[in-house]
Amino acid sequence: MAAFELNGRNVTVDAEPDTPLLYVLRDGLKLNAAKYGCGLGQCGACTVMVNGEAVFSCLTPVSMIEGKRVTTLEGLGTALAPGKLQQAFIDEQAAQCGYCIPGMMMRAAALLAKTPHPTDAQIREAMQPNLCRCGTHMRILRAVKRASE
Amino acid sequence: MAACAPSLDSAPSLRQPFDHGLLERGAQLAAIGDCYGCHTARDGAPFAGGVAMHSPFGTIYSSNITPETQTGIGAWSERAFARALREGVRRDGAHLYPAFPYDRFSLTSDDDVHALYAYLMTRTPVHATPPSNELAFPFNMRWGLALWKAMYLRTPTPAARNDASAARGSYLVEGLGHCGSCHSPRNALFAEERDRAYQGGDLDGWHAYAIERHTKAPIPWDADALAFYLRNGWHPGHGVARGSMGLVTEQLRDAPEADVRAMAAYVVNLMGAPTPQRSAQGRELGAAPLASARNGPGRGGEIYRTACLECHDGTRPMPFGGLPLTLSLGLHGESPRNLINVILHGLGPGEGQTSPVMPGYAGALDEDQVVDLVTWLRANLTDETAWPDFRKLVRESAAMDASQLMFPPGGAGTDPLAAKAP
Amino acid sequence: MKRREFLARSGALVVSFALPRATAQEGGGAGSSNLPGSLAKAPALDAWIRVGANGSITVFTGKAELGQGIKTALLQIAAEELDVAFAALTIVTADTARTANEGYTAGSNSLKDSGVAIRNAAAQVRALLVAQAAKRLGAGADSLHTADGAVVSGDGKRIPYAELVDGLDLHVEAAPMSTFKDPKQYRVVSRPVARVDIPAKVSGGAAYVQDLRLPGMVHARVVRPPSYGATLAAVDEAGAAPFGAKVVRDGSFLAVVAPREWSAIKAMRALERSARWDERARLPDIAHLADAVLGLPAEDMVVEDHHAAAPGSARTLEATFTRHYQVHGSIGPSCAVAWMKDDGLTIWSHTQGVYPDRQAIAEMLGLPPARIRMIHAEGSGCYGHNGADDAAADAALIATRLPGTPVRVQWMREQEHAWEPFGPAMVTKVRAALDGSGRIVDWDYGVWSNSHSTRPGPAGSLLAAQHGAKAFAPPRQKVSKSADGLGDRNSVPLYSIPNLHVVHHFLPDMPVRVSALRSLGAYMNVFSIESFMDELAAAAGADPVEFRLSHLEDARGRDVVQAAARRFGWPRGGSAPAGHGYGFAFARYKNHAAYCAVAVEVAWDAERSRARVLRAAAAVDSGQVVNPDGLRNQLEGAILQSASWTLFEKVSFDRQRIRSTDWSTYPILRFDGVPEKVEIEILDRPGAPYLGSGECGQGPAAAAIANAVARASGKRLRDIPFRG
Ligand code: FES
Ligand code: FES
Repeated sequence: MAAFELNGRNVTVDAEPDTPLLYVLRDGLKLNAAKYGCGLGQCGACTVMVNGEAVFSCLTPVSMIEGKRVTTLEGLGTALAPGKLQQAFIDEQAAQCGYCIPGMMMRAAALLAKTPHPTDAQIREAMQPNLCRCGTHMRILRAVKRASE
Repeated sequence: MAACAPSLDSAPSLRQPFDHGLLERGAQLAAIGDCYGCHTARDGAPFAGGVAMHSPFGTIYSSNITPETQTGIGAWSERAFARALREGVRRDGAHLYPAFPYDRFSLTSDDDVHALYAYLMTRTPVHATPPSNELAFPFNMRWGLALWKAMYLRTPTPAARNDASAARGSYLVEGLGHCGSCHSPRNALFAEERDRAYQGGDLDGWHAYAIERHTKAPIPWDADALAFYLRNGWHPGHGVARGSMGLVTEQLRDAPEADVRAMAAYVVNLMGAPTPQRSAQGRELGAAPLASARNGPGRGGEIYRTACLECHDGTRPMPFGGLPLTLSLGLHGESPRNLINVILHGLGPGEGQTSPVMPGYAGALDEDQVVDLVTWLRANLTDETAWPDFRKLVRESAAMDASQLMFPPGGAGTDPLAAKAP
Repeated sequence: MKRREFLARSGALVVSFALPRATAQEGGGAGSSNLPGSLAKAPALDAWIRVGANGSITVFTGKAELGQGIKTALLQIAAEELDVAFAALTIVTADTARTANEGYTAGSNSLKDSGVAIRNAAAQVRALLVAQAAKRLGAGADSLHTADGAVVSGDGKRIPYAELVDGLDLHVEAAPMSTFKDPKQYRVVSRPVARVDIPAKVSGGAAYVQDLRLPGMVHARVVRPPSYGATLAAVDEAGAAPFGAKVVRDGSFLAVVAPREWSAIKAMRALERSARWDERARLPDIAHLADAVLGLPAEDMVVEDHHAAAPGSARTLEATFTRHYQVHGSIGPSCAVAWMKDDGLTIWSHTQGVYPDRQAIAEMLGLPPARIRMIHAEGSGCYGHNGADDAAADAALIATRLPGTPVRVQWMREQEHAWEPFGPAMVTKVRAALDGSGRIVDWDYGVWSNSHSTRPGPAGSLLAAQHGAKAFAPPRQKVSKSADGLGDRNSVPLYSIPNLHVVHHFLPDMPVRVSALRSLGAYMNVFSIESFMDELAAAAGADPVEFRLSHLEDARGRDVVQAAARRFGWPRGGSAPAGHGYGFAFARYKNHAAYCAVAVEVAWDAERSRARVLRAAAAVDSGQVVNPDGLRNQLEGAILQSASWTLFEKVSFDRQRIRSTDWSTYPILRFDGVPEKVEIEILDRPGAPYLGSGECGQGPAAAAIANAVARASGKRLRDIPFRG
């Protein structure tokens, strides 16, 4: 059992304490955004925010986030009512396959929460842990910039 | 010694044709001295300077040592270069801050200075002025440095020029390799404490471990292992170099094998022969690393089992798999600083090169959890006594910026096939 | 089914509804080869477009959305020719129960195949609607036109399509010719319409097969052997029990199934630890890659051979180029869901070919293909034949052991890295002669390569079939000549060269598992040809851009070269600031698809022998542009991906096992290596045929980087990857 705050509401989940947050979100809570990419902290597809910081949910045991505040992409808005960052990604058409995008967006959200108007260099630096194979990088950078304006 | 040394002519032997063998030797010596590491900023041009070093005087930025005439050393004669290297005096006569380890480079032979000069003078010139130093009074007054030098500059001993292997090791470790610049504690004047040489030092948020008889390496180093580590940035029994040691090992890959071996042998000699008991323990650890792990109570243990052990269980080969933490000097050493740094910031990926990647847990773990984890690891995976209160170090580490983290760590940027080695 | 309803149920993509007619489009009749695009395979109009009783219009395609934006592009085409609002349409993609058999979604052929079919079908459906209205109004069809989903009469009377549905029969064979809209009237095509799939992808919608959750679904993981051909000697199956997992074993195929995903992973790890394998793989010596490739037995095929009188040669140059094995490296490892029920097996997969993969799986399971329905659901970008088909086979095999229970399989990172079929290692050798005036008079080129397509088809192409008790053998590959080419794709330069001899040395033996990776042989061939063009230009003392133009007659090719040079600001002579270099390259993909020229600027770090791409400018002509922003997105991606391949990427293995198994051991481009700027200039050709463009950038980008490095450093890098 673990209890934490998820996108503004309190949840309690029944999971072994070593279960990575990723599987708690996907399997237990039926959320889609956080993705499995490597399970090794190398790609960032699973990135979510915990207490405002970007973390790899694939390597964060649920026991570690007891009582903490978790935000996933679902917490930023919906397809019908997108949040600012989501709208920026739509406006820039910043996706090809899109598999990496939820992780990219959560990493960006954590950056913007701390640094509302980052420089280009700061954006690149912050996004470094996340991989995109489609080569959507230019658009991702533009979308993050747009969301900060 | 004068408060200010004379300025030297710009009599650059620039563009003079250096022979290939000399340049090659210069490149190898530069690798041993890690000129690149200290004089190349992240994303900056090679040797163009601008790397910050935090000293008690304040922040000092490394200089542009490309052969560019206005901002680099393009106008420097070899004499001026040699004087800077060995006496810490700029071409215009100003004293250099000892962040530049001329207190050790003073031991460098004329031939080697010549080769280094040839090498640096043939790099790509870059017009770049590093940021100005941020020093508080009175440290912004360079004249004090003359005094400093009078107290701390080393003079070469004749044996240093001898190239028998032991002497060669001594010459490189004590001089150009400047191992002690990081691995020795420094006094309030930022000078190495000679009577505690190599007992470990702190620099820029990282701890350089003791590399003499106080070493706490769980498996005692031998010369082969250390030579491998120095050239590859990792060793299956010791783990992966990170922080500025990562930069050092990345450079040493280009150094002559024999020189690195000599350095390793000299350092292992400094460490002294391990007691039979330590040797035996090391052998046991090597054979079954996690067998000695205890499983004491505490939240730290839960974190270790659920987060760390997933990778650090020894099932994936080094350096890309995690080191079983019983083997980690990070847990056994005299300071928890590196362990904390790595827990919080992980090991970042190398740009386009193979390198071990570890995620940082800065977001996932709060300060209390880090303290619990570090405390638990020390208590359960080592036989060392607990570290004194280190909460302050956790806060300092959390505030480190990217330049201090020195990613990519380099060092282990070898082909995965090298993972087979020793 | 309405779009909303479909989306609402997409958590369970279970579709069981009465189709108006038997619609399994397998054979699509005898096929009428005179019909354009994929209409030739499925000539009935309602194979492509259906109008519901309420007037809702659905477009069907046998192609799959791979993140290339094909759904949006096809909807644009349909909306344009039907004259309906873009938003009013919905689309159904590859599904063996609902869509035409269009083979694979590959080779940048989707617009040429499906786009052409849909365009024709839409135009003809529109004509039928007009005819229907003409009948109703007693007016001549010529007096009517269409606008925004309605037929409009000369006097302004509107009859919405919905009112014309009654009695409209679309189950008719398409005519060979259609009356299209004048491209000048386009409102939807050639506009940057926002992609329909993006909102769900940026908001956590169920967008991928990975997100599919069926009632009672269980999670499976496969325990893959440690090396090719290894057989399972022993395993402690009880090791899975503590995690509540069941074990499925079929020969050397070993899998675990658990109600929870994390339990399945732990059970898989437990079995991995106890499994004992007999390994027999003998992999080539990677340290001598070129020797290993050249040492394989070859079947030679002349690709092109022509000779004409030419001035004598003044100077001859030659060079050898190599390319390592490289991964597709999808960010999301392959995944599939399969469900065995009484009425047959349903599989959701991100395969690029639902029909051929179904065929292979049917053969593996000994089931008639008609008993299997395969539905495409998006995965992570694949860029060719990755683990998708194999994961589908894994899920299918496991599902047949658990009738009634939906089974989801996802590969682990190391499985994708080690088991996907790689882009093949290749060697090319080129020798060319210049005459006294610096023109190329003779060109001799050879390319040594494995097959670039080991896709299913036969069961033996699937890992589960190879590892299962029946141990299907991988099919032997044969050399073949085709318009598109495989390893020989783009092996013939587009330049005018009087004497030309090009040979494909096809290597049937595949010591390492390989298959199609984006652009196939074109990446390496264009890299080699365009690198060598720069070497020749340098020998001739010519500017690289001018040298190309002086050998290029194709007018559209010339336009593209000039546009890219202009956009980049190519200075005559091409010299760059110190430490930097400019590079240029050009190719027409497959020599009959899109034209693409790329110019790049790199910074060269001489100390570490490393290049960094600072900016790129490209020009592309893909015929009539459907979605310019989509095209830009594809081109930007192609350039960055090609930069990553070229600078960094190689599979690593020892003599037995693949050793690059994650992003640590197989590094790719990260944000620190991304250029400051990438510009794409599109040369639109209204009304011209669609030219496939999704892959046209791979080769030119690679060669442009090599050429820029050569100019920055004086080093000609001929071995991919450049990091060594
Ligand atoms: S899935 Fe978590 S970092 Fe890759
Ligand atoms: S958009 Fe496909 S991986 Fe980033």
